[in-house]
Amino acid sequence: MRGDRLLFSDVNFSLLPGTLLQVSGPNGSGKTSLLRIICGLLEPASGEVRWQGENIRSLNEEYSRAISYLGHRNGIKEELTPLENLRISSGLAGAPVTENACDALEQVDLKNQKDLPARFLSEGQKRRSALARLITGNASLWILDEVLASLDAAAMVLVRSLIEGHLRKGGIAVVATHQELNLTAGSFQRLELGAPGTAVANGAVPVGLPSS
Amino acid sequence: MFRWIVTRDLMLAWRRRADVLSTLFFFVIVVSLFPLGIGPETQLLRSIAPGVVWVAALLASMLSLGRVFSNDYFDGTLEQMLLTPQPLYLVVLGKVLAQWLVSEVPLVLIAPLIGVQFGLTSDTLLTLFISLLLGTPILSLIGSIGAALTLGLRGGGVLIAILILPLYIPVLIFGAGAVDASIIGADPLPNIYLLAAFLVLSMVFAPWATSAALRISLE
Repeated sequence: MRGDRLLFSDVNFSLLPGTLLQVSGPNGSGKTSLLRIICGLLEPASGEVRWQGENIRSLNEEYSRAISYLGHRNGIKEELTPLENLRISSGLAGAPVTENACDALEQVDLKNQKDLPARFLSEGQKRRSALARLITGNASLWILDEVLASLDAAAMVLVRSLIEGHLRKGGIAVVATHQELNLTAGSFQRLELGAPGTAVANGAVPVGLPSS
Repeated sequence: MFRWIVTRDLMLAWRRRADVLSTLFFFVIVVSLFPLGIGPETQLLRSIAPGVVWVAALLASMLSLGRVFSNDYFDGTLEQMLLTPQPLYLVVLGKVLAQWLVSEVPLVLIAPLIGVQFGLTSDTLLTLFISLLLGTPILSLIGSIGAALTLGLRGGGVLIAILILPLYIPVLIFGAGAVDASIIGADPLPNIYLLAAFLVLSMVFAPWATSAALRISLE
């Protein structure tokens, strides 16, 4: 539910370690809302999200430790450099980075820009800077909203290989995107949300499941 | 982790020094306009000083409050903070502490200097300083509730003022009251104690209310 509109109902899925769930559907079908529900930022009108069998509302901080969310907005500060952004976000996440911060920035090809305030970076570079957060964090559930937006071909390859590596390690990824990801690793599930108002979807939420 | 929030906000404030300085200049100029407008009537100036300084402090805090959450809201860092494994209560407390250090402390420090323009004695200046030191954190704490409620709204700045200024009234009364008492030679301590009590109360309840407001604003 968003406002007083019903976006989708009967959405039910469960994800095992090493699974990618691709959420697709036309604009306005509720992909972002679904992802925000999975994060716990949005309360579903009915139903619940479970992590390892337990409602995320009762898990709170433990669940926050397990997820990494990348939304439409990058979540980086324009005044700070990519390196500082990374240091701070990992510090806030409770796992301060030291030397692997530079490695992560090298992976996303921002090594030369690491000391440049983010406001001088292009949209794609800002997105890369946000991706570095996924690399340094060790979340087992990645929730990525339109992750390929404003990225160039090389960066798309990078995102694919990041997700593949994550799945191989037994991670779970929920990705909302219009493009096909065509991954070679992990198992794949698709959730197709209908046009706004039609409210049908099948498939299997909680996310869940022990990756250890 | 609390340390990270405070450090982060202090760092950001340092990168945007102009914002911080504008609040301080606003306070200095508003307070200084009164002696200039009224002229050298020491008795009158002395009696209006507590009210003028305190009202200017309230207005200056309105200026900086809008920024506490809105910048973080628009670039998505606020939702990231909501998803970090720590109580939102602490996130809010950290951000408010940083806002107070950056926007209010300079104002508290400069207030005794400006008070000289009103012909206040050194005892009164000390009372003014202490009352502001205890009162301004309350302004930040209560103001953060308004900032969280009006997050993402157009014209949020005016709305914050309408929502929050009435809640500032007790702080204004007891803050200015303490200084008034000191001017007429009475004991300012009762008012000071009341301010301290308000500070403790708002430290307990305001971050909690702000957290709830933030969750609603981010839905």
